[in-house]
Amino acid sequence: MAERLSPLAGFEPVSAESLRIEEIPFLTQLDVRVDPKSRAAAEIGLALGVPLPTEPGTYASGDCDVLWTGPDEWLVLAPPGAEGLEGRLREACAGAHVGITDVSAQRTAVLVDGPRSRDLLAHGCALDLHPRVFGPGRCAQTVLARAQVVLAAREGDAFMILVRSSFAGYLGAWLLDAAAEHLLD
Amino acid sequence: MLLIPCPWCGPRDEAEFHYGGQAHVAYPADPAALSDEEWARYLFFRDNPKGRFAERWSHTAGCRRWFTLTRDTATGVFESEAGA
Repeated sequence: MAERLSPLAGFEPVSAESLRIEEIPFLTQLDVRVDPKSRAAAEIGLALGVPLPTEPGTYASGDCDVLWTGPDEWLVLAPPGAEGLEGRLREACAGAHVGITDVSAQRTAVLVDGPRSRDLLAHGCALDLHPRVFGPGRCAQTVLARAQVVLAAREGDAFMILVRSSFAGYLGAWLLDAAAEHLLD
Repeated sequence: MLLIPCPWCGPRDEAEFHYGGQAHVAYPADPAALSDEEWARYLFFRDNPKGRFAERWSHTAGCRRWFTLTRDTATGVFESEAGA
């Protein structure tokens, strides 16, 4: 069987005191579309172990992360190899008007951490990433260096960037270039 | 650049949006009854006011929803509109 290569397989992770950049490959990603007021939405929440967050720009965490991506749309992030999750969600809301799609191959994840992570992202992102505005539990779909990304703030200074696989090489190169000045000291 | 207040995501750069033109352009009730001139007027003719203008926007790089905003074309200032 051919070896499975992630979109950023050739990316050399950055590991400095001020900044850490690494890919988190092969996350299981599901796109869920359902009316948030319906019974099916509640049942999906129960099956996930996390209720679907209804506040725009937030995500909920449990066994998996559930990111708000629209008023009737969520992105579920689960550890690699969680193939059974899609089936379990389908079972939980069988027959209801729901869309559940595996989009694991659509995007790859990049983790940016360290005290300079906000400075790094500010080079190419117009959002205010100050922890007071964009703290842990907040997510946003926006553009980073003109590439469409999903950005999620984790604990401390960590950010998860979800970028389309075909843009991952470009964004990886851009991140390294933007990081250069923060790696000098 | 305009800072556009998306009703879901909050204020974002204009570059994240797609413009949809004038809002509240009603589809003709009986298109077949229209003359060519009336049909062309429906398809191609839009207001071009100096001042308040209701327009459609789509937040293509964000939540991907369509919504209606009123913008003052002279100042670029938005006022949100209910029932988008």
